[in-house]
Amino acid sequence: MHLASLVDMVESGFEDRVLLVTADDPVTGRQLGQLARRGASTLRGYDAVVYAGENHPLLPVALLAAACAGVPFVPVNYRLEDAQLNGLIARHANALVLADDKTVERIVGSVTAFDEWLAFPGEAPFNDAPLNEDDVAVVLYTSGTTAEPKAALLRHRHLMAYLLGSVEFGSADEDEAMLVAVPPYHIAGIANMLSNLFAGRRLVYLRSFEPQLWLDTVRAERITNAMVVPTMLSRIVDVVNDTALNDTALNDTALNDTAGVPSLRTLSYGGAKVSERVLIEALRLFPDTGFVNAYGLTETASTIAVLGPEDHRAAVESADPGVRRRLSSAGQVLPTVEIEIRDGIIFLRGEQVAGEYATGSVLDSDGWFCTRDSGWVDAGGYLFIDGRDDDTIIRGGENIAPAEIEQVLLAHLAVAEACVVGPPDDEWGQRIVAVVVLRDGASVTADELRDRVRAELRSSKTPEEIVFRSELPHTETGKLLRRIVLQQLEPPFR
Amino acid sequence: MSLMLKPGTRLFSAVCSTEMIVVKAPGIPVDLTIGGSAPVLAAADRPSGGAVVPGYDGGAAMGKRYVDADNAIEVLCTKPGDGLPALDGTLLQIKDAKAMPASD
Repeated sequence: MHLASLVDMVESGFEDRVLLVTADDPVTGRQLGQLARRGASTLRGYDAVVYAGENHPLLPVALLAAACAGVPFVPVNYRLEDAQLNGLIARHANALVLADDKTVERIVGSVTAFDEWLAFPGEAPFNDAPLNEDDVAVVLYTSGTTAEPKAALLRHRHLMAYLLGSVEFGSADEDEAMLVAVPPYHIAGIANMLSNLFAGRRLVYLRSFEPQLWLDTVRAERITNAMVVPTMLSRIVDVVNDTALNDTALNDTALNDTAGVPSLRTLSYGGAKVSERVLIEALRLFPDTGFVNAYGLTETASTIAVLGPEDHRAAVESADPGVRRRLSSAGQVLPTVEIEIRDGIIFLRGEQVAGEYATGSVLDSDGWFCTRDSGWVDAGGYLFIDGRDDDTIIRGGENIAPAEIEQVLLAHLAVAEACVVGPPDDEWGQRIVAVVVLRDGASVTADELRDRVRAELRSSKTPEEIVFRSELPHTETGKLLRRIVLQQLEPPFR
Repeated sequence: MSLMLKPGTRLFSAVCSTEMIVVKAPGIPVDLTIGGSAPVLAAADRPSGGAVVPGYDGGAAMGKRYVDADNAIEVLCTKPGDGLPALDGTLLQIKDAKAMPASD
């Protein structure tokens, strides 16, 4: 099926149900359909829609308009520095480029402010675009090991297979609302949008994440469902704990021992490994909320394995270490997806598994996709993810290639060798540590090196720590042994 | 009356409020009915009058997917109504779907 069918379904099933909330007006299913079709009519002659910006309450209009016009939706990371951002946009030469108010002035070529685009003055609906479920629906840029962004392609049939396989159409009650805190250029942002529209659940957008704002919005909008990445969960837990401490200081009897969000029925988390300490804290602070861990990749059109609320409860309450351990698992693989572990690496196959980049498909001849994640499955069918098979550091949900940072460090005259590794971190999932060997007789401070990385790349790629060593371990063929470098780090760096 | 269906085709019951969308279809014309009568392809084409034929009533449920025994055709109910879908006069059956927790 084609994503344009989602527009038909929303119009049919949720005619009078509010699905989006703007500052001015609520948007019903019927109105969302009209907006998507009118939006599509502005896309005649373009071959893609690029969106560069933060979340926006009407973001789904852009994706659904692109679907109705039969062109891909390409959300790009507005946090990239100007040159990189414009470089990505330039790959879509004949696209309509939409940007939020903050981003619009950073874009070099032709660009339309998203709020202006949404006015669609006098546009007639566009109902006759040629649609094919084999066409590309969404292009998402991942940063691979080489640090050169790769364009992952998701076709209409992949996204619809995911929806049909994991969500029941119209299954949300009329009062349900989903808080979207993940950015639009992340697969989770796309999945949030599509799954909840398919379920008939109202979408409430946080423009960008901030923990107190997240808590306030859950309370104000009576949010029933939300999804966060582990970094967000960690920061929410910190804010709740800080508030509890302050309240206790003011009044000993008013100990606030929960997050105080009774409307929240389901909180899902995914995108990276969560710290068990943070998860157990969160379970305590959100006693009435069902926790769901979702594991998936951009290339698999989002979630392929789920650890549900019952699984969390069973794990926490069990005395059996094998069952307790499942708290840190990714849960069970969707019935619509096949899994195989080959030499410790997770392979997946199924209708939602796209496994394709702009450079071509990476599925093998039998349709299997190599995730490059290492993992294993226990006797009960629970999937455990050990980590990336390659060296990519995932810090706060952002994939960071060590090579990119190492190049900057190595460009410094004082640096002979550099190895960037990502030891586990409670808040960020992984932190960035650079282990550096200086040239004989040369000297440079850690701060000088950090400043240099920050200037050349950006703050999220700046090593938290720089460790100086006299040498680095190598294989006999001269290959750097990153694993050993990581093991040799002393606490608190490891 | 036979209809050539493809995934994404919208079907409006001619005799009740039921609306369906085709998820899966064979590449040949099929004799599909909703509420015992051939559906129409647009809301505006709904005739007035007409009633659900006994035996094809009982209510199509929102979000449920209906399939034939050979799994050749599958339709999804996007708006509930009294009339049920049938292929060649035989009622389609609700497809069992495992309920998944909302993960995103």
